[in-house]
Amino acid sequence: MHPPEIELNELDGIIERHKNGKWELIPLLQDVQATYGYIPPESITPIAEALNLYPSQVQGVVTFYSGFSLKPKGKYVCRVCRGTACHVKGSRSILRLMKRELELEEGETSPDYRFTLETVACLGACFLAPTMMINRDYFGKLSPTKLSSVLGEYRQKGNNKNG
Amino acid sequence: MDKLSSIGQLEWFRSRILFRKEKGIIEVHVCMTGCRAYGAAGVLEALNQEVKSQGLSKQVEIRSTGCHGFCAKAPVIAIEPMGIQYQEVEPDDAGDIVMKTLKENRMIDRLAYHAPKTFQPVFYRNQIPFYAKQERRVLANCGRIDPTNIEHYIAAGGYRALIKALSNMGPEQVIDEVQAAKLRGRGGAGFPTGLKWKFASQSEGRPKYVVCNADEGDPGAFMDRAILEGDPHAVVEGMLLGAYAMGSEYGFIYVREEYPIAIDHLNIAIAQAEELGLLGENILGTGFNFNLSLRLGAGAFVCGEETALMASIEGRRGMPRARPPFPAQAGIDGKPTNINNVETWANVPLIVNNGAGWYGEVGTENSKGTKIFSLAGKVNNTGLVEVPIGTTVKDVIFNIGGGIPKGRQFKAVQMGGPAGGCVPAQFLNLSIDYDTVQSIGAIMGSGGMVVLDENNCMVEIARFFLSFTQSESCGKCAPCRLGTTQLLEILTRITRGEGRMEDIDTIRELGQTLTEASLCGLGQACPKPALSTLRYFINEYEDHIKEHRCAGAVCDSMVISACQHACPAGIDVPNYVAAIADGEYEKSVEIIRERNPFPAVCGRICIHPCEYKCRRGELDQAVAIRALKRMASDWYFKNIGPQRNPFPVNKKEKIAIVGAGPAGLTCAYFLVKMGYKTTVYEAQSVAGGMLGIAVPEFRLPRPVIEEEIQYIKIVVLKSCTTHRLMPNTHSTTYSTRDTVPFLLPPVPRPASTSVYPAKTKTSQEFTTALIF
Ligand SMILES: Cc1cc2nc3c(=O)[nH]c(=O)nc-3n(C[C@H](O)[C@H](O)[C@H](O)COP(=O)(O)O)c2cc1C
Ligand code: SF4
Ligand code: SF4
Ligand code: FES
Ligand code: FES
Repeated sequence: MHPPEIELNELDGIIERHKNGKWELIPLLQDVQATYGYIPPESITPIAEALNLYPSQVQGVVTFYSGFSLKPKGKYVCRVCRGTACHVKGSRSILRLMKRELELEEGETSPDYRFTLETVACLGACFLAPTMMINRDYFGKLSPTKLSSVLGEYRQKGNNKNG
Repeated sequence: MDKLSSIGQLEWFRSRILFRKEKGIIEVHVCMTGCRAYGAAGVLEALNQEVKSQGLSKQVEIRSTGCHGFCAKAPVIAIEPMGIQYQEVEPDDAGDIVMKTLKENRMIDRLAYHAPKTFQPVFYRNQIPFYAKQERRVLANCGRIDPTNIEHYIAAGGYRALIKALSNMGPEQVIDEVQAAKLRGRGGAGFPTGLKWKFASQSEGRPKYVVCNADEGDPGAFMDRAILEGDPHAVVEGMLLGAYAMGSEYGFIYVREEYPIAIDHLNIAIAQAEELGLLGENILGTGFNFNLSLRLGAGAFVCGEETALMASIEGRRGMPRARPPFPAQAGIDGKPTNINNVETWANVPLIVNNGAGWYGEVGTENSKGTKIFSLAGKVNNTGLVEVPIGTTVKDVIFNIGGGIPKGRQFKAVQMGGPAGGCVPAQFLNLSIDYDTVQSIGAIMGSGGMVVLDENNCMVEIARFFLSFTQSESCGKCAPCRLGTTQLLEILTRITRGEGRMEDIDTIRELGQTLTEASLCGLGQACPKPALSTLRYFINEYEDHIKEHRCAGAVCDSMVISACQHACPAGIDVPNYVAAIADGEYEKSVEIIRERNPFPAVCGRICIHPCEYKCRRGELDQAVAIRALKRMASDWYFKNIGPQRNPFPVNKKEKIAIVGAGPAGLTCAYFLVKMGYKTTVYEAQSVAGGMLGIAVPEFRLPRPVIEEEIQYIKIVVLKSCTTHRLMPNTHSTTYSTRDTVPFLLPPVPRPASTSVYPAKTKTSQEFTTALIF
């Protein structure tokens, strides 16, 4: 399957909003990432031109920060916490289970662009370790049972066209 | 709302809020920050609906607040002014809460905290031991005010410090006060804040910048998140005071993108402050200008380092650079810049409001005030803890934290994350302050405390941190780029059971090089987790290297499975449990007997170390390995019985075993299985040894032992005879030329005891249970 089609003309609006400010490259890229779920490689040149930078400078920033991705991601980005607190409370097993459930390795996106599996250093919810985040929602005290019920919900949401 | 154009107007605004506030309202404070990860939103909604449907909207206010601290029991709510705290609340509880507690002032047992030993419910927050030793100063508003409503902050006395500074204090006076308070940076390094401000204020150049470091990089720490989410205006006010003191007109808050709620609350706080004229031009008509904006991190740990952070704000790759020049001389855009941590900023309004004298009432000589710690890992009361600096480790982990769950042993607490080290059990009485913690090889750090228990492997923890720093190293300087990779490789090797003793020295040497030669703090501090575990847990390293043994049963390549690793008999637990899951009970018993001929006995009386190490137990409950064994073997004896063909004997050597206890019988069982002819001697009239003598009937019924022994007798029947052996028989009786003796004399002896009445002094008048 192909990644969901994207409307590149939204890019102009984003660039417009940022191009006159100071030090706007990263905020601009964050907007692009939030809008498309990734930084479309074809957007790099227009961004560089608008900000008076070399494309290589933009590329350099994109690749430096793990928050930016040059590849499209799934509709639901699952980020399993691999921070210390979660680690000592068994997040290795949670990650293993997620890999098995989603049939994905770390950093991979499912062929139907529904799920992406990532890890994150800490979500700041260590008191509920082990934790994960799906898009902007946090989940804590994960156990195998809890995990499958959470994933079940998202699978259903995904099946539901409006969801 | 119009802008407040003078200090008087802000005071007027505050009195208006307080005046309008209706008296006698009951407030329900629902933690809607961290607890959202455990269903707080549903609770909030249900409470709102209940209050409406039970007609209490006028008398009750349901308020979304920040963290109450006792996060382990999420979702947590508090009911004020009564001071009631409920925990682990579910949406279905809303009806009861409104009906019973709010309407009739009756307490709900099931939602209360229960004291660990007595199981008595504790309804009032100030009686819960978790809060008793805390001193909640910086967190005073957290969990009480709605962080998205500036009026709440103002009503609670917010922006009073700003008023005080703008009206009564010159910029130098503010700096002097902060200096007198001996406030030290809460971001990790502990540099005196007042001094840093002085440098920035003396520095030439315009504009000047102040920055709040909200990158909270230590994985396992969440103090900053809680402050930003629960009381964002405290940070804004702190920055306003700093800006006023240093003469800065622009501020940035650099916050991690992984904290969406914090970002929302900060955006709201900034917008509301701007709207009231507390940020922007000509603040409160005093001519003071300060603009504050947010910058989001993009997932790079190294951006918490101040020079990297500034590069990132400028839109570049977040790589550290050499200092000097320090940010105070040349920071953002080459202009003077002052960076402080979230918690540092949040301390400032307290100091300005109450004075350095009050501030210094708690703390130690060199580190004043309180520090917030985030307690996580293997501790009962995970959550946010604010205590005077100088509180002991024991107080924090045991008295406040409630000790280690599941009755396990405390091993160490990791402080300071990837730049810190561990504080092992022998330092429980250590005072937690910057200098003391540093003296034992850890650091107080930003306040993350991750508690480790006996099931954690210290080598693996060191490896874990190194893999973190290795992947987060920006790669700018060679010592760090290559050194972290090297260190990680060595530690990985050791956890794989492929380590060499020389590796330990290599780690120490490499560590030293990294500390001396790296450009920034990431590289300089990254060997600490390894060095500190080497210092206190060298035996674990040696076990891994020499014996391929991992006491925590964590390291995959030397531990096939944690349960099997922990079982003294080395039973293949995963396979026998899987066989039971498939309904193949007979096969399961066969698998157990590969290593242990007593499945029914061990299914009852084994202390099941396997279950303590079971990895599922880290997540919720350990698999009931022992009970499964009992169930399978009971099924076996009921449906198949002890009958079975004896093992064939095909070797010529003969073996004599003395003692028909569990060990002797097991020995006979496996020797006959291997084909040796075996004779067992026993002094008692029955076989079974201590099983039958020492274990009480209610724990291990005799028929179970008999059945099990009968099975052993049958399979070893032809080749194994038992002889009654009289005490003190000479060893030659059973040792002939072609017989190899195995001596298994009675192991358990009566323990000597000191409870004899003082005068007798001897044990002669007493008969100990074992002999009897
Ligand atoms: C690799 C690295 C990461 C850091 N991460 C943070 C961080 O996440 N938050 C923080 O406040 N300080 C962090 N620091 C410390 C900052 O460089 C700086 O010392 C601190 O923000 C100063 O504030 P303070 O004096 O108020 O503590 C980090 C330092 C290093 C070397
Ligand atoms: S020490 Fe490491 S993180 Fe710091 S500048 Fe050098 S390579 Fe980068
Ligand atoms: S119950 Fe005892 S004998 Fe059985 S697997 Fe666990 S430790 Fe081994
Ligand atoms: S370590 Fe997982 S949320 Fe902090
Ligand atoms: S009580 Fe809710 S996050 Fe701490």
